[in-house]
Amino acid sequence: MKMKNNIKSVKSFQGLILALQNYWASQGCVILQPFDTEVGAGTLHPATVLRSLGNKPWNVAYVQPSRRPADGRYGENPNRLQHYYQFQVIMKPNPVNFQELYLGSLAAIGIDMDLHDIRFVEDDWENPTVGAWGLGWEVWCDGMEVSQYTYFQQVGGVELDIVSGELTYGLERLAMYVQGVDNVYDLVFTEENKSNGTPKVLYGDIFHQNEVQQSAYNFEYADTIKILEKFKFAEAECMALLELDIALPLPAYEHALKASHLFNLLDARGVVSPTQRQEYIKRVRDLTKACANSYVNKENNIKEKAWKN
Amino acid sequence: MVELFIEIFSEEIPARMQLKAGENFSKLMVSGLKREGLLCEKIIYHTGPRRLIFKADIPLKSPDLSEEKKGPRVNAPEKAIEGFLRSAGLTNLSDARIKVDEKKGDYYYTKTEKKGLNSDQIVSEVLVSVMNNFPWPKSMKSGRSGFRWVRPLRGIICLIDGKIIDCAVDNIRADRMTEGHRRHGKGPFTVKSFSDYCHKLENEGHVMISHQDRKNKIFNDAKNVCAENGLELIDDISLLDEVSGLVEWPNVLLGHMDPLFLELPSEVIKLSMRTHQKYFAVRDPSTGNLSPHFIVVSNQTAPDGGAEIAKGNGKVLSARLSDAKFFQKEDMKFDLEENYSKLDSIVFHKKLGSIRDKSERVAVLATLMAPYLNADPELVKKAARLAKCDLVTNMVVEFTSLQGQIGAMYYAAEGGNKDIVKAIEDQYKPQGPSDNVPSNSVAIAVALADKIDTLLCFWGIQEKPTGSKDPFALRRAALGVVRIILENKIKLNISNILEMAVSSRVIAKPCLPELDTSVIDSLLFFITERFKVYLRDNGMRQDLINAVLKRDANDLLSATNRVESLQAFLSTEEGINLLSVCKRSGNILKAEEKKAELPCGDVDTLTHYRAKNLLGALIQARKNIVLEMGNESYSMAMTALSKLRKPIDLFFDEVKVNDENPDIRANNLRLLIMLRDTALEIADFDAITG
Repeated sequence: MKMKNNIKSVKSFQGLILALQNYWASQGCVILQPFDTEVGAGTLHPATVLRSLGNKPWNVAYVQPSRRPADGRYGENPNRLQHYYQFQVIMKPNPVNFQELYLGSLAAIGIDMDLHDIRFVEDDWENPTVGAWGLGWEVWCDGMEVSQYTYFQQVGGVELDIVSGELTYGLERLAMYVQGVDNVYDLVFTEENKSNGTPKVLYGDIFHQNEVQQSAYNFEYADTIKILEKFKFAEAECMALLELDIALPLPAYEHALKASHLFNLLDARGVVSPTQRQEYIKRVRDLTKACANSYVNKENNIKEKAWKN
Repeated sequence: MVELFIEIFSEEIPARMQLKAGENFSKLMVSGLKREGLLCEKIIYHTGPRRLIFKADIPLKSPDLSEEKKGPRVNAPEKAIEGFLRSAGLTNLSDARIKVDEKKGDYYYTKTEKKGLNSDQIVSEVLVSVMNNFPWPKSMKSGRSGFRWVRPLRGIICLIDGKIIDCAVDNIRADRMTEGHRRHGKGPFTVKSFSDYCHKLENEGHVMISHQDRKNKIFNDAKNVCAENGLELIDDISLLDEVSGLVEWPNVLLGHMDPLFLELPSEVIKLSMRTHQKYFAVRDPSTGNLSPHFIVVSNQTAPDGGAEIAKGNGKVLSARLSDAKFFQKEDMKFDLEENYSKLDSIVFHKKLGSIRDKSERVAVLATLMAPYLNADPELVKKAARLAKCDLVTNMVVEFTSLQGQIGAMYYAAEGGNKDIVKAIEDQYKPQGPSDNVPSNSVAIAVALADKIDTLLCFWGIQEKPTGSKDPFALRRAALGVVRIILENKIKLNISNILEMAVSSRVIAKPCLPELDTSVIDSLLFFITERFKVYLRDNGMRQDLINAVLKRDANDLLSATNRVESLQAFLSTEEGINLLSVCKRSGNILKAEEKKAELPCGDVDTLTHYRAKNLLGALIQARKNIVLEMGNESYSMAMTALSKLRKPIDLFFDEVKVNDENPDIRANNLRLLIMLRDTALEIADFDAITG
């Protein structure tokens, strides 16, 4: 019988990130850095949306700060944030033992699977704004969802020939579980280390003010007229970049992401009616689909050229 | 016979698909093998979270078949004979046989012997074909493969008599290797046969193979754990089935939560447990109320006896319920009524406006109907406007299936009128054939108006149910209308209700599509069809339903009474005899109608005294029937009709209907027409078949 003390549990938020990065690096993943445009989820990073298209193998892991303006609670809710972190893994094509690799990552962050009940519960994933869907599970640890596990079938409206396995860990929630904490602001971000004088830093020390201020911005002060203009600009810029003689899908996709975030802001400000809502989502989806198609065409052209040379 | 054993091992199959998949796999294997001449015996199949299991006894080979093919006669033209040789694959006429037929002449034929195939080959082909065409509700590709399965396929065992069958699906070759439970199993192992597999998987692999066994264990353990703690399990069969599909090695644990959460409505707690967490709710047998406990089924045993697992699950439930409490607190900051203007923001249907528009229409219609339902129109109006106000509460956004219940709870907490509370709570009822119908008069008005409005709206935009497609649950709505009317004995004609609905639409929302009469007629027909289904489901005969409804299907209550009385009457001797007399008379009329137009006008001079008697009886009967039907005493009306039997019998016995004298004949026929029309006051006897 394995005893609990054999397993080193990860005691800090940064320790959790480091452990996941180390683990997935040792599985052959490129450890990428976050994308520098606001996104609603780690999936939207071009390293996932665009790289899961086409036929090139690609293994990657990265942290992605994610923003959902409407989820702001002025720092008053113990587990809702308008800015939080996701840890994202993509393996393309998914290896046969992707499930076992995933379970290995839970062990790596100190979850003792003799003591805790891990379950794969049906959950089909869909993201209408990027025209993507896949089949998979929510992974439960003692009844709590600790990850989303998906085999992509379609991205950007394009049916995939090579399937990527995607893992998304909600880092705050996972850390709360590992640290046994009920309020996200009480999470230990950095552990105290007397030997080098590192003080203990809590998640709240870093992010509480950010939640208070950003919530006020999202709900009260964001200038909806200007944001609508910015949305239209981002949309037009995206289309213009795709319509160039030599299309530029990568910057175009950035503008699609900007449009998506700006729409989320408008939504949080409560100026979008339900009918308009559907229309905006469709507009963003049209952008990402166009980007995906252009990206795939470009990939194919590059490949053809490589053959000719 | 030899044993065929197959295991299809994959990543976790969604629980809701497992039982059907196991059944389908077995069915498809059995029928596929049968088509190739292998009959399966002693079939066993199982399913679990990661596997489909199939075992059957099959013959070692498929039987030899011999086929005879008939050709042309021996003296047939050369061309025909050549054609026959070609189609039979013969080069020489001497290879064909000749059958002697003295009547029609001798003819050529061939006999081909088809040797039976080894079961190995057949099984391999059938298995590959079944797997490539398996009917999963949703399937996926994985990696670089184009093969579709419910989740990635990981292994296949296919053994005949212990020998591996050479076949492969998706680059996975069948072998004798499998693995047990993720934590408790000791890695991959090989098996020799089905019984060896069962033994090893259960004992070393720690996997309970049979869904039923897992189900029994969970149920019994859960009951026992509850009993040991002085508690009582709340049965939930469908949850039990689902949970049995989530675990290979079930371990039942009792978890607990903060009793403060019991302040939440019990439906919220149960729903949170069931849909989000797959826990069974538990009650305190002394009070019958929910107890602050739950049953969770883990997929493993743990060195600490499951203490950590139970604790972790308790925490998750607490987080969920704190959310619910937070929602409740937020929602109750406002009166329910204050949500009304927010209903503008919810689209009922893109062509049919918002939920607020709908509420307005329902309020007008329900108020119009109120006097017929003995309901207070003011209460009805208010209830209809409050009915949908919970749709924008946090609680209903989170727990959609509790719509209505949440609104009722909030309104009751505000100290609102009890009839209105009931109306909000019951507005969606009946949800299915076994659900109760509302019985409070205010609730009836709102529930009925809501359904009628929905039906009329979707009919107006041509969104009717087709075949198995009924995305807006319109059949259920129509059945709901029928049941509410019947079970509350409401004396309102369907067509009157629809008229009210049409006029209420004009008052409430003139921008909706114009309705022409054909829309109303089509909806009326649809509701009548649902009504017929309802009567049939309640044991009424189809032909009697048709016979009665042909006359009038508008007043559901009276139509039901008439069908019931008629069915009862026709089970008596009197009824059976009367029916045969009426039919005899009807048949004569039909026959005569073909020859020439039937005489019209009243009966004038009758000569035969039997005919005179019959006329007297008919006049009397008709008077009584109309009277009784008016009083809705249908069985009395049938009795009145049955009084005609004797005079008709005597009339038929002694009077020749087709008299040579055309005047007498015409009057006789007029008598029969009178009889038909009199019977028609009750039902169309010609439509009765039995």
